[in-house]
Order: sequence, then structure tokens, then C-alpha cells
Amino acid sequence: MCTMIVNQTKIWGSGKGANGWFTVREVNVSYDHPFHAPLEHALNIDFVNEADGPSARVAVELSVESARQLVQTILATLERAQAGGYLSE
Amino acid sequence: MYQTNMYEGMVAETITMHGANRDIINAYFARPLGAGPFPGMVVIHHMPGWDEWYREATRRFAHHGYAAVSPNLYSRDGHGSPEDVAAKVRAAGGVPDDQVIGDLEGAMRYLRSLPYVNGKVGVFGTCSGGRHAFLAACRVKGLDAAVDCWGGRVVMSKEELTPKQPIAPIDYTKDLSCPLLGLFGEEDKGPTPAQVAQHEQELKKHGKTYEFHMYPDAGHGFFYYDRPAYRQEQAVDGWKKVFVFLEKYLGAP
Repeated sequence: MCTMIVNQTKIWGSGKGANGWFTVREVNVSYDHPFHAPLEHALNIDFVNEADGPSARVAVELSVESARQLVQTILATLERAQAGGYLSE
Repeated sequence: MYQTNMYEGMVAETITMHGANRDIINAYFARPLGAGPFPGMVVIHHMPGWDEWYREATRRFAHHGYAAVSPNLYSRDGHGSPEDVAAKVRAAGGVPDDQVIGDLEGAMRYLRSLPYVNGKVGVFGTCSGGRHAFLAACRVKGLDAAVDCWGGRVVMSKEELTPKQPIAPIDYTKDLSCPLLGLFGEEDKGPTPAQVAQHEQELKKHGKTYEFHMYPDAGHGFFYYDRPAYRQEQAVDGWKKVFVFLEKYLGAP
């Protein structure tokens, strides 16, 4: 079914979409029907810039296990960077 | 039934039509060539968008003798690939029920304005489109038949209600104004068989005309040949039931 489970937050960075690089301003995280992944539901992440229209989007659709691994990997990477003194801000 | 020595032709194209609030929205339209009269069908796309499957489904109805229109319910949310636009709508929590109802009523009026439509108009939808088909059958006056394929969130808890979807469709059951066909899968997580049974109970309570079919070994979206949910046997039987039902209530195409 359409779960309508979605969260959005503001972010800052760049993403490479179908038309090349663009500035990403928001990320939408949903657990709902994927477009491509062969699953009924997936953890979908859309990096977007709403001001630039629907095509400003970098999408990934992950299994639940993959999504959890991604979260842990991001946090572990940031922890190493912090321990190394690279996170000055 | 089509015979190999019969002529067959079709027109299929994008059009514009009036939707909710008289907004101009785009739509995909397909009809058989000829003077008709043809029954009309409003084909309601699913949450993943106004996509290729829905264009094919619209042409499928035309192939079976219907003048069919599929309004782009995401028309106001910008243009891009159907997936990109649908992702934007997904992030926004879907489209408002009231707006969808207005768009579907506009599609019905568009069909009725055509000289080759026989005056009968039905609605068909899958997934969120199934939910919208049921909602339209309850809230739009003048529809003659409705097909709800595995529409989820017909039964909604109070916690699931939002400003865009403020009332659970099941609560409109008493207003259902046309016969309803429902196709569901036993393995679906939404609607679950228990939710379908709850809906059926409500239909019985209000003495409504309906047919519900619950398919074993099928889940959500078993018509979608490009998804793992596809179930060949159930899909073939389901489409057959759709066209038998529509011929009964909309007249022979």
C-alpha cells in the first residue's frame, strides 16, 4: 500500500542528477513503494532542490537492511573524521 | 469479441481538461475510432504517478471499446519525468482528497460532453487510485460503476488522518452511489484482508451493490507486469472480471 511515511529535512551539499551537478537543499526520506527496486516497499531517499523543480533529484531506493547499514556507515565515517580532527566546524 | 477480420483503430493523445476549481490540468485520453456510442471510463493513476503503465491501461480500455481518460492528478506539482513528479508528491504527503475528487468529477464531465459517449461513465484505479475510485463513487454524483483494485487506506485510523486526507473513505460508504467491484490479494499489507472484510461489512450494512474478490497467492499490485508483485493467473482473471463488471453496468462497448 501507499504508506505515506515520509520525513523531510533541510540539508546543504551537491548532488549529481540526470542533468549534472546541482545544489541540494532538501532530503526526503520515505518508506513507501519504490519505482525501481524490486520490493513492495523500500527506504527511499531523494536528495532534491525544490526550487529547481521535480527533476532536480538524486534518488536511491534501499532495502531496510541496506538503509540501516548506510546510517551506521555514515555515522562511523563522521566519527573517524572527528577523531582525526578534520571536523573543524 | 474481436474477430481477425474486423477493423480496429484508436486515437490516443494528451489533452487538457478542467479539474478541481476549474483548473486546467493535463490528461491522457484514448478512444476507439468510430461514432460509438462508447461507454466512458475515468482511469485513476496510482501513487507512483501518471506513468507508462497508466497510459497502457488507458489504451487498454480503449481497445476494449471505452472512451477513457486518465487525468494527471499531479498536474499542479510541476512537470518532469513521472517518477520525479511522483517523488515530489510523495514527499508532500500526497495530493488532497478534495482536489482529486474535483479532478475526477471534471474527467467525468469531460467524457459526458463527448458526442460519442453513451452517457455511462465508470472509474477504475489501483493502489491510491483504487482508494480514489471508491471515494469518487461515494462523493461524485453521476458515476455508474467503480473498480477499486487493492486501494489501501480506505480504512484509516485517526492517527493516519491528515489535512489532505481528513476523512477515512470507509466513512463515506453510506453515500456510495454506484455498483462497486473490488479486487484484492490475500498477501497484501494494505489493504489487509481484515481491512477488506471491514469494508465489506460496511457495504453490507448499507445495502450497497458490490463484488469483492480476494485472490490467494497475490499481494499488492498484482496487475503490474513490470513489478515482482505481478501474478499472471490472478491478473488475467482480474482483468476479465473488470470487463464483465463494466459491461454489466456501463453497457456493451
